[in-house]
Amino acid sequence: MTKKEFHKGLWISFFVGPGLIIVVGIILVPLFMSLFNSFFSWKGLLRNSYVGFENFRKIFVEYPYKQRFFNALLNNLKWFCGTMVIQNGLGLLFGYILSRKIPGHEFYKRIIFIPVLFSIVAVGFLWGLYLRPNGLVNMLLKLTGHPELMRAWLGDEALATPTIILVNIWRWLGFPSLVFLSAINNVPTECLEAAYLDGAKEGTVFRKIVLPLIVPAITIITVLTIIGSLNVFEQIYTMAGLDGPPNFSTDAIGTLFYRTAFGSVDSGSPEIGIGSAIGVVIYLLTFGASIVSLVSMKSKEVEL
Amino acid sequence: MTTDLQFRHARPGRKAAIILCELLLIFYVLLIVCPLANMIISSFKTTREIFKAPLAFPKKFNFNNYKIVWIDKGFWRYFVNSVWITTVSMAVVLLFGSMAAYGVSRFKFKMNTFIYMMFLSGIMLPLKAAIIPLFLIMKNLNLVDNPLSVILIFIAMGLPSTVFILSGFMKSVPGELEDAARIDGCSEWGIYRKVVMPVVSPAISLVTIYNAVPIWNDFFFPLVFLQSDTYKTLPVGLTSFFGQYSTEWGLLFAGLSIAIVPVLVLYLCMSNYFIRGMTAGAIK
Repeated sequence: MTKKEFHKGLWISFFVGPGLIIVVGIILVPLFMSLFNSFFSWKGLLRNSYVGFENFRKIFVEYPYKQRFFNALLNNLKWFCGTMVIQNGLGLLFGYILSRKIPGHEFYKRIIFIPVLFSIVAVGFLWGLYLRPNGLVNMLLKLTGHPELMRAWLGDEALATPTIILVNIWRWLGFPSLVFLSAINNVPTECLEAAYLDGAKEGTVFRKIVLPLIVPAITIITVLTIIGSLNVFEQIYTMAGLDGPPNFSTDAIGTLFYRTAFGSVDSGSPEIGIGSAIGVVIYLLTFGASIVSLVSMKSKEVEL
Repeated sequence: MTTDLQFRHARPGRKAAIILCELLLIFYVLLIVCPLANMIISSFKTTREIFKAPLAFPKKFNFNNYKIVWIDKGFWRYFVNSVWITTVSMAVVLLFGSMAAYGVSRFKFKMNTFIYMMFLSGIMLPLKAAIIPLFLIMKNLNLVDNPLSVILIFIAMGLPSTVFILSGFMKSVPGELEDAARIDGCSEWGIYRKVVMPVVSPAISLVTIYNAVPIWNDFFFPLVFLQSDTYKTLPVGLTSFFGQYSTEWGLLFAGLSIAIVPVLVLYLCMSNYFIRGMTAGAIK
């Protein structure tokens, strides 16, 4: 190695080193430790003996882990579907009509982004207050003459999860809207103008020109939705509770994971082995689902 | 322009569709503005008043709720903690992140792509899932119930996207600028500080907003690591407050306003930056 190369090496480590150490130490090492820990049985915070896939077997087949796990996973799936259809569907519509400069678009654009910046915790508690049985929502239903629609929004097993999902959509809808808006704004105007001058219908222009050209934005929003729905925690913690009440109907992987890792009021002591196994499953699901959507969207991408 | 929605010359069916879209947007705007307005108004009312007339303005605006929440219940401390923890984390994220981006994008070396990928992997991996090993690590380092634990994690959370966005910008800085500085005898540090950083400064403000908002709002890690009241950040403080005073609506609304209004005001002052910052990572 020449002196000059050595010098360059020093500079590179100086620039890259500090950041790399933190990313490796806080993100990558814990990732592999999770995997490692999941193959052991644990006594409190102490690693016990190697048990192979026992922890995974428990969450997939053994009572009560299996029931809790699949119940939570099903709720995450509800989160994903609800968010994809309602939030991202509306986001695409909003992004499109805003890009077509619907009257008032500058104003709308600014307002709909407001809740995106609020903490999930504050939003959860705020709506939690409004949605209490004696809260504003029920009060308004009564005042407007629809007392039959009053519900215990967060206390009803069938309603609680959809309600929490809707509150989260309230907070986050501005984000996909603006991502789609800027993606559509990047579609070359000549293409659109030519299509309109040829008398193409609105729907045709959208399907044949806009949609194929914003596939990258759709991919990103899909991946973010996957990651987001697998990681819901604060929303449930603040609006329902750590145990996913009522009767585990709002329980999701995030809350189940937290209870398993740190123990909670009813489930007793922490179970690090099983918790780690759940953590690994979260990693694999996030990673797998993201890769699948990236690859499948890649094939649909068009270049001008 | 041809691509704008022309209302006046539209056919009736199209007119109806435009009106429908407009109504939908107005509905969502109201759905955002009304709950916030109600929250702020209610924070000036007593709990009795909130129940008697939930929609009315208070008889007189009294700041009593705020006084109790801010001083007696210690919200000032949560607020101060959130401010300094976010500031320190962001300062380190920007320094280390821009340095790493400079190293990865301006030097050619063997491990270049590999190191870049290591940074990027952090964007896709949910850090929450690693809470057990993180907790064990922090426990061994004796950092549980010490703000440093949360700061370290926030830095790690911010670095991947910072490196990703900044290296994209740095790659577009023309190499001639750098060579000229090198001939003038500038060291690598000098080039980073005096040539590259000034050129990418618009991207810095963008990265700051993109990362500071999630750090300011983060709940999970402070919840796990900061147990004593002295260190709690706003979201965690708000949570324990809601647990203790769940029936004192006036106080609850005041606490929520303290959490929400500063962000709201900051946003209204610089909405363009926020919009660009938050969507930047997705578009770039």
